[in-house]
Amino acid sequence: MTVRTEQPSSRIDDGIGESALRPDGIAKLKGEFEYAQDQWVEGMLWGATTRSPHPHARILSIDVAPALAIGGVHAVLTADDVPGRASFGLEHPDQPVLAKEMVNFWGEPVAIVAAEDDATARRAAAAVVVEYERLEPLTDPEDADLRDEVFQRMRIRRGDQSASGSVVVEGFYEVGMQDQAPLGTEAGLAVPDGHGGVDLYATSQFVHADHEQVVASLGLRPEQVRAHPTGIGGAFGAREDVNLHIHLCLLALHTSQPVKMVYHRSESFTGHVHRHPARMWYRHEADEDGNLVRVRAKVLIDGGAYASTTAAVLANACYFAVGPYNCESVSVDGVGTRTNNPPCGAMRGFGAVQVCFAHEAQMDRLADALGMDPLELRRKNALESGDSMPTTGQVIETPLPTVEVIDSLAAMPIPEESERAGLPGGSGLTTEEHHVVRGIGYAVGIKNLGFSEGFDDFAQARVLLTPGGAIVETAAIEVGQGLVTILAQIVRSSMGVSSVEVRHVDTSKIDSAGSTSASRQTQMSGGATLEASSRLRARILEHFAGDDLNDEGVWRDGELVVPMSRVTEDKWEETVTFRHPPTSPPDGDGQGVVHADFALAAHRAVVDVDPELGLVTVVRVDTAQDVGKALNPQSVVGQIEGGIMQGVGLAIMEELILDHGVIRNPNFTDYLLPTILDAPDVEALLIEKEGSWGPFGAKGVGEPPTISSTAAVAAAIRNATGRAINRVPVRPQDIAL
Amino acid sequence: MEVHHPTSLPDALRAVAAGATPLAGGTDLMVEINFGHALPDHVVGLRRVEELNSWEDSRIGAGVTWRRIDEKGPTALAEAARTVGSPQIRNAGTIGGNVATASPAGDGLPFLAAVDASIELVSPTSTRHLLWSDFFVGVKQTAKAPDELIVAIQLPERLPSRQAFGKVGSRNAMVIATVGCVVTRDDDGKTTVALGSVAPTPIRAFRAEEMISAETSPSESALFEFQRLVSEDVRPITDHRSTEEYRRHAAGVLARRLLERCLR
Ligand SMILES: Cc1cc2nc3c(=O)[nH]c(=O)nc-3n(C[C@H](O)[C@H](O)[C@H](O)COP(=O)(O)OP(=O)(O)OC[C@H]3O[C@@H](n4cnc5c(N)ncnc54)[C@H](O)[C@@H]3O)c2cc1C
Repeated sequence: MTVRTEQPSSRIDDGIGESALRPDGIAKLKGEFEYAQDQWVEGMLWGATTRSPHPHARILSIDVAPALAIGGVHAVLTADDVPGRASFGLEHPDQPVLAKEMVNFWGEPVAIVAAEDDATARRAAAAVVVEYERLEPLTDPEDADLRDEVFQRMRIRRGDQSASGSVVVEGFYEVGMQDQAPLGTEAGLAVPDGHGGVDLYATSQFVHADHEQVVASLGLRPEQVRAHPTGIGGAFGAREDVNLHIHLCLLALHTSQPVKMVYHRSESFTGHVHRHPARMWYRHEADEDGNLVRVRAKVLIDGGAYASTTAAVLANACYFAVGPYNCESVSVDGVGTRTNNPPCGAMRGFGAVQVCFAHEAQMDRLADALGMDPLELRRKNALESGDSMPTTGQVIETPLPTVEVIDSLAAMPIPEESERAGLPGGSGLTTEEHHVVRGIGYAVGIKNLGFSEGFDDFAQARVLLTPGGAIVETAAIEVGQGLVTILAQIVRSSMGVSSVEVRHVDTSKIDSAGSTSASRQTQMSGGATLEASSRLRARILEHFAGDDLNDEGVWRDGELVVPMSRVTEDKWEETVTFRHPPTSPPDGDGQGVVHADFALAAHRAVVDVDPELGLVTVVRVDTAQDVGKALNPQSVVGQIEGGIMQGVGLAIMEELILDHGVIRNPNFTDYLLPTILDAPDVEALLIEKEGSWGPFGAKGVGEPPTISSTAAVAAAIRNATGRAINRVPVRPQDIAL
Repeated sequence: MEVHHPTSLPDALRAVAAGATPLAGGTDLMVEINFGHALPDHVVGLRRVEELNSWEDSRIGAGVTWRRIDEKGPTALAEAARTVGSPQIRNAGTIGGNVATASPAGDGLPFLAAVDASIELVSPTSTRHLLWSDFFVGVKQTAKAPDELIVAIQLPERLPSRQAFGKVGSRNAMVIATVGCVVTRDDDGKTTVALGSVAPTPIRAFRAEEMISAETSPSESALFEFQRLVSEDVRPITDHRSTEEYRRHAAGVLARRLLERCLR
């Protein structure tokens, strides 16, 4: 599997462990970077989508004639124009490319249009006449559960089911629907190749999955479609599913012209999946000393109208329902419901976020019932390397420094009460110091890294050595997280060459890198890149009988023996497909070695609350995170700060408000994201415990910052106000009334 | 689309009379256009009309931006200005646009109600001044005739000595008010309290005003009575931003706190 490299022979700038700068950073700052939205080719058409205004309705008729009659309109397509598979989906292809008989959520695509400009395309999309018979939408997930309208049920049983403890706490918890809200909306360009095939350049986290679904629905041969990585302005899970990809290719092939589409903001809010809202019922039992004896949970997440990744999110929520704690008797029942709400799918944290809010609230309640310090309770029950997962029974083989993470966080200085980060209410001048109470809360969260449950998780990368330097070719998507920096750093350190370019190549040129999700690309594509570049270096040294390689060439016994210009007269290239340690599907009780690796983080939130008005300012969120090895410390801190902001958002303001299946706030006026005036200060401690199978012992770092930060903020609000706070986002009325 | 850039008020008025939609900072109008709620085919830009940009003492030109008000406006109006959107919005958005839009959440409006400001409306043939309460007639509805422009906001010559503005929202900046409030108090004890986002138009809580104006140095219980009366007098709704109950509660609390600020 992993090739263990000896430490780099000569020191090299911007190798691993250094905060190398992003190669695309300056261009992005100056607005010169080409995002998917910026693509332009001569003679291209613009696409637009006709969407259902109802969350549930039967389609009686569709009349495209009024749209086609508009000057400049080249095509109006409906379900009947889909030549191949009528539906798509990441796990189960159950979502219609275009709705045919029924619409099952508000905003579901019914027709697509290509026209000479954006405005005409949108006018035409609005001119398509669809006759609907409105049906009662099913929008309450508990109703759906009762009616067995479910995508998936999940059952975990571990240990003696009759175990009981003398100290018992129960709770009900709820998490609202969060949106990834990437600044860049869905966008893409499809270009017909003149031979019946098509090239697609669209926002994505996983071009090979897009490719597969486009091929199926267009009824083409795989080699006729090439999905290209393109510039992405944020993803967070929203770009794992297909949205405009098949539509663009249909329009391009139908019109034989390039077609571009860019979702408007409100369309983006309906055009991608959201974080699953959750309802959770918990019962924790402990002995008098605070040892967890039994945990029972029921976890309900609403998948909305179509499957997307609901089954996998549900499984994850159930696997991490207890958190990073030992417990020998566990029972978890999960359900992922099917309703007429907007479809939900992947979002940073993937199920672990929702249950973390619940299990951490339970741990605090338990500590309270025991009269124990909440951190002491967590330390006492901490799940560590060598222990068994409380849910699956899997023995944790990779490092999991839970106690060290908790202790490091606890040792960080707590700000004085007088240190403020502005007052609650901010510029609204609602609040003075004497209205404010301070609260402090802790939370710890755990999640898997990489794909689980026996999924064949692999990533391919190719490394070349050319006269211009080394090149990494990959189909892994850079969504802003810094893969482009990390892969180059890995090559510099492992090969000894300082000039490295990372090239994003299309699906015809390389095999899949897997999705840029599950915190996996640094470990997976990084792993493939490390192995390819180490092998390439070994082959070159063997070929020239050298013992070292650097920018100047091949060295032997401290002397340059073959200059680089001669080395690169030959073609040097190495392609590696990397796989992490195998996992297996769970048995009927949810038991088994289902995960490849784990990461954890702990957060401490300090909040100032104005209880009378229910307003909150998050003063700071400090964190310690298990990172394995920080390949680029600045990138890691970037992930931590951004992840914490997303966690703070879910804690106090980010929620899509639904009214009978209709999103009431699909815009940045009312879907509130934290502004810089809401952003807490963050201090991050990176806990490095090598031993994971990632390159140089690195673990994925993208998701842990989001998992327990929400729970920590909620705990701090609870601490300040004495309120139960069993729902996030916490709204002013939840505190004040 | 036809666009006019007049530099004089008569030219602007002629364009408006011919059916053009006025465009000041565009921070409301462009949002309407983006959402497809407004599709004007004739627009008249007001920025170059000097008459609208002027500000003489108590007469604030409709084209005065929030940024200028932040810098030199009366206390509570300047406090309101600082909460409007972000610096970019405050550089572009104008008080005239805020008044013309007449959103229940318009942050400039409670001040106008609190000090009994009037709106100066001019058409090609007439000039009239409407008291704020005659001007705002419903949610985003005003008494302005289609051929009129708002030329200025007329404040009273003398403003109350104490004034305070506050705005409750679920974010520390860039947020639409859940409740907005202005309290003014004069040396003789005369108190006004005006609120936004709690009724179709900005409103005054007259019973609360009357009660507290009679108190020369209000006791703790008088302050809470004032709070209670304000909560009773507002007529909020439940929507995706907040609930009726919370708005009612927050209106009273905020009004009491602002009064406390005025009394200090
Ligand atoms: C991101 C963002 C944040 C915002 N935040 C806030 C906020 O916190 N608080 C708040 O109150 N508002 C807010 N707004 C709304 C807006 O900025 C204000 O209402 C602003 O005062 C509007 O002024 P304007 O000059 O931009 O108006 P415009 O958009 O130019 O015009 C608005 C309307 O008034 C009409 N109009 C303009 N001038 C005249 C005139 N002289 N006579 C007659 N009709 C006229 C126009 O035809 C149009 O119908 C925000 C807007 C945005 C986009």
